[in-house]
Amino acid sequence: MKQLRPDLAIIANAITSGSRVLDIGCGDGALLEHLASHKNVDARGIEISREGVSAAVARGLSVIQGNADTDLADYPTASFDVVVLSQTLQATQRPDAVLREMLRIGKRVIVSFPNFGHWRARLSVAIHGRMPVTAAMPVEWYETANIHLCTIADFEALCGLRQYQIAKAIYLIGGQPSQRRFMANVLAEQGLFVLSALVSDS
Amino acid sequence: MMINPHDDRYGLNRTVAFGPDQPLELDCGVRLSPLTIAYETYGTLNSDASNAVLICHALTGDHYVASKHPITGKAGWWDRMVGPGKIIDTSKLCVICANVLGSCMGTTGPTSLAPDGRAWALRLPVITIRDMVKAQAMLLDYLGVNSVLAVIGGSMGGMQVLEWAATYPERIKNAAVIASAARHSAQNIAFHEVGRQAIMADPNWRGGAYYETGSAPLAGLAVARMAAHITYLSEAGLTEKFGRRLQNRDAVSFGFDADFQVESYLRHQGLSFVERFDANSYLYITRAMDYFDITGSRGMKLAEVLRSVRARFCVVSFTSDWLYPTLESRHIVHALTAAGAPVSFVEIDSPFGHDSFLLDVPAFDDVMRGFMTSVLREAGV
Repeated sequence: MKQLRPDLAIIANAITSGSRVLDIGCGDGALLEHLASHKNVDARGIEISREGVSAAVARGLSVIQGNADTDLADYPTASFDVVVLSQTLQATQRPDAVLREMLRIGKRVIVSFPNFGHWRARLSVAIHGRMPVTAAMPVEWYETANIHLCTIADFEALCGLRQYQIAKAIYLIGGQPSQRRFMANVLAEQGLFVLSALVSDS
Repeated sequence: MMINPHDDRYGLNRTVAFGPDQPLELDCGVRLSPLTIAYETYGTLNSDASNAVLICHALTGDHYVASKHPITGKAGWWDRMVGPGKIIDTSKLCVICANVLGSCMGTTGPTSLAPDGRAWALRLPVITIRDMVKAQAMLLDYLGVNSVLAVIGGSMGGMQVLEWAATYPERIKNAAVIASAARHSAQNIAFHEVGRQAIMADPNWRGGAYYETGSAPLAGLAVARMAAHITYLSEAGLTEKFGRRLQNRDAVSFGFDADFQVESYLRHQGLSFVERFDANSYLYITRAMDYFDITGSRGMKLAEVLRSVRARFCVVSFTSDWLYPTLESRHIVHALTAAGAPVSFVEIDSPFGHDSFLLDVPAFDDVMRGFMTSVLREAGV
């Protein structure tokens, strides 16, 4: 089996065996297949591209063509143990509403996103006056699907405002996971948060 | 159980007859007997009968999925999909397709003889999609197949797949519903009614009792087919294929000949259809589709109807299919999701309208190949 992308490997580690997992924006289903075969997970996905869904179906996964902004309403409350949204939050129309829906559907939510507060991004804007093009955000502003970029601090502020419980925060610094908050908003190219549902049903 | 390769239950162009001791309990309350089912099987059933795949055909389809049609001489309607080494691989699977109840291609229908020795014609009770599925279940029992690896169908075939999931959830492991719906819409019923009225307006129809007159309502049936055929295509498809091009002439004739290529094409579709199809069968099968509402017939919500489903579902729609639009497929997907059933869904970009599932659409092939790959892997076939 191919190695998982580093951020997906971190997500996989945070998921307990036998749980029900919904991966929103699951691509070709690499994470879901890993979870299904290594952790006996009941794996479901949502993916916007037809190619991604076809590849995932061929892996024996159950994936629905759709998007985070419109299709989460169809899922019953607390129907998943974990809902994953990796590298997709910044591309949604209404990130706030998507997060709320995820926390309704899942008992826990795992979100990862590129950190716009990373020093390279800051330099690009501050010194050159240009939108950043970095490894975590590799596409020019006029072509990127990212319409709601945020920093780690922005995300934490939203969680505070909405009173979402941050169970765990992991910062990817030079591709390595770190749990040190100090300077993370400057040093981390990606943030990964585990949130717990607003109301526990257990 | 050992399967004898010379067992004549399997193979091309088969029929099985069920006598008065095995009537089919129809939804309308009648016990239908005798019952004949025409079917074909492709590939070899393995020793524990665990590699069977059931294909359900559409309104004017038949059991000649991948073999030459006895009347038209053309290749089977899904020859591109079913065969050795093809996407539905008959070198590994035993593919079964039964002609539906009400048809004119061998399974009991209005052209079949009633117990009094005369054709049923309109005396045949009105049948439903569930009746068709119950007949298929009798066939599977006869073939020694308890459960199928997958049941697959497009259009009316997809309705049968849903009915299988609702009626016999324990007998199917995977299900593919292609370009279909959980109920017939007002628009669907409306188009069918136009077709039926065309048939019934033909003086040769005679209330359905035309088998002994020597003249069938061919003109009415051809018009029904022409109207229906338009609904299987898309405006973009028609424009691309015909535009306003004229048929073998440089200018319009100021008459009512087939000036336009599209007219000529439709006339041809109508005329060739009547050579292979019976007008009364068309009435019965379109009626069965109109009556189809998998929730209404049970008085339940779709998610409740499908709550016993354990099969993995693959639902496919096509962008240009306005007869069974994507919204209908999404409705099925939502219900399966709510029921907790494992379901995949894709909307395929295709210009060919409803007929896309029968045509060369590589993106659709990709999805079906993916689906069948996982079906085979899961089964260890």
